[in-house]
Amino acid sequence: MSNPTNLKYTASHEWVKTEADGTVTIGITQHAQELLGDMVFVEAPAAGRHLKAREECAVVESVKAAADVYAPVSGTVTEVNGDLDSSPENINSDPYGAWMFKMKPDNSADIDALLDAAGYQAVVDSEAH
Amino acid sequence: MGRCTNFVQRLFHFLKANMTLKTTPLNAAHRAMGAKMVDFGGWDMPVNYGSQIDEHHQVRNDCGMFDVSHMRVVDMKGEGVRDFLRNLLANNVDKLTLSGKALYSTMLLENGGVIDDLIVYFMTENWFRIVVNAGTADKDIAWMKKQAELHAPLLDIVDHPELAMIAVQGPNARKKVWDALPGSQELTEKLIPFSAAETGTMFIARTGYTGEDGFEIMLPAKAAPFFWGILAEKGVKPIGLGARDTLRLEAGMNLYGQDMDETVGPLESGLAWTVDLKSERDFIGKAALLANPPTQKLIGLLLLDRGVLRGHQKVHTPHGIGEITSGSFSPTLEKSIALARVPKDVAIGDTVQVAIRDKMLNAQVVKYPFARNGKGLISL
Repeated sequence: MSNPTNLKYTASHEWVKTEADGTVTIGITQHAQELLGDMVFVEAPAAGRHLKAREECAVVESVKAAADVYAPVSGTVTEVNGDLDSSPENINSDPYGAWMFKMKPDNSADIDALLDAAGYQAVVDSEAH
Repeated sequence: MGRCTNFVQRLFHFLKANMTLKTTPLNAAHRAMGAKMVDFGGWDMPVNYGSQIDEHHQVRNDCGMFDVSHMRVVDMKGEGVRDFLRNLLANNVDKLTLSGKALYSTMLLENGGVIDDLIVYFMTENWFRIVVNAGTADKDIAWMKKQAELHAPLLDIVDHPELAMIAVQGPNARKKVWDALPGSQELTEKLIPFSAAETGTMFIARTGYTGEDGFEIMLPAKAAPFFWGILAEKGVKPIGLGARDTLRLEAGMNLYGQDMDETVGPLESGLAWTVDLKSERDFIGKAALLANPPTQKLIGLLLLDRGVLRGHQKVHTPHGIGEITSGSFSPTLEKSIALARVPKDVAIGDTVQVAIRDKMLNAQVVKYPFARNGKGLISL
């Protein structure tokens, strides 16, 4: 599965989608879910919490390991995907559909500084040595 | 000094990065079957072939096959093997009276610390076969040889790194093996659990590390890919080391290096049932075990709150602090479970708190195994 070109990415394997209302939706990438394997637990940040860019704000746990999820930009959490509480495996089956949380960025220009699909692929390729 | 240390560290990292991983005879087969390979203690091994949870259920409900060729077979041959093992192992090989019968035991240091856990098979009075863990094999064999020099210099200790080992586990495992391997049914049909039969080239044991029925089959490396292929043709699914770990944890089986090691004794590791302190027999480590009654014990934990228990998380109990030794998600119970070493007065049914990141989550102390023979054994 290739990385959708309409999304932005971080080197720490989050994807970021800009919505029409200016909020951003955040999830973890296909590559990240593949590395972690079967998801069994997701802990998202509380709605209303203010996050700083690159702050640890959520956790995904697979059978194998726990991984931190980082805020891609600074902003305030507006909504959390409660479906993942009962169905964390949705991240495995549909990583770009199973979003984790939405944020209102402090500065929407911060989004532009994130990686595009090709830039993110380069990160993935370099990790594979 | 600082520069010297730096150089040594850089050299170490260089060597580590350039170290070739060891491979089993089934390496190409794993890759062909789409395995995700990982560095497992220096071995290039399959962690899963897709979904680890599906593989787990596959073994509990039907059957699956594991490449465990990284484990090491050591034969002890010659007169007086039994005497030697009486002293070497914490469990008592005198329990082995029928040819083929197996015994699970620890091998201890003089101070009672666990060198390794192993299975010993009694074949004849001149031949016992031992299977040890991969990561400890070289250390184990060195220890065995050192003890043999002292106590049984004529004993032959023959290491078999050239043998492959395939475990076929699950309620339908034996039938599948009989289907795949002509002659194996006649050889193994009457085997009771925890015993083995052999043909000279193939050694079939009704043992395992999953809490399910099945076989562990030791065979020449050359024959392993062919046999693996036949099993696959018969519909036996390959299972990675990921599912192997959740299966053994549910079955309440210790993992060396996590649940015990040289710094703890078997009595603090849930292995009192494997230590024979009743007979007159002396064995290495016995005096230390008798002199130091355990202050801690291994218990099962079931997480009541949402989250996942992991190794090294601290367990807060009314009797003091303990630590999780192995923790994961149990696919059978669909809850998180763990083994933990805690103060000895902690009791089954107690609620304890586990520190996970910035939270204290509630867990219940339960009797383990958590699941075996296709079924969960814990209910709240």
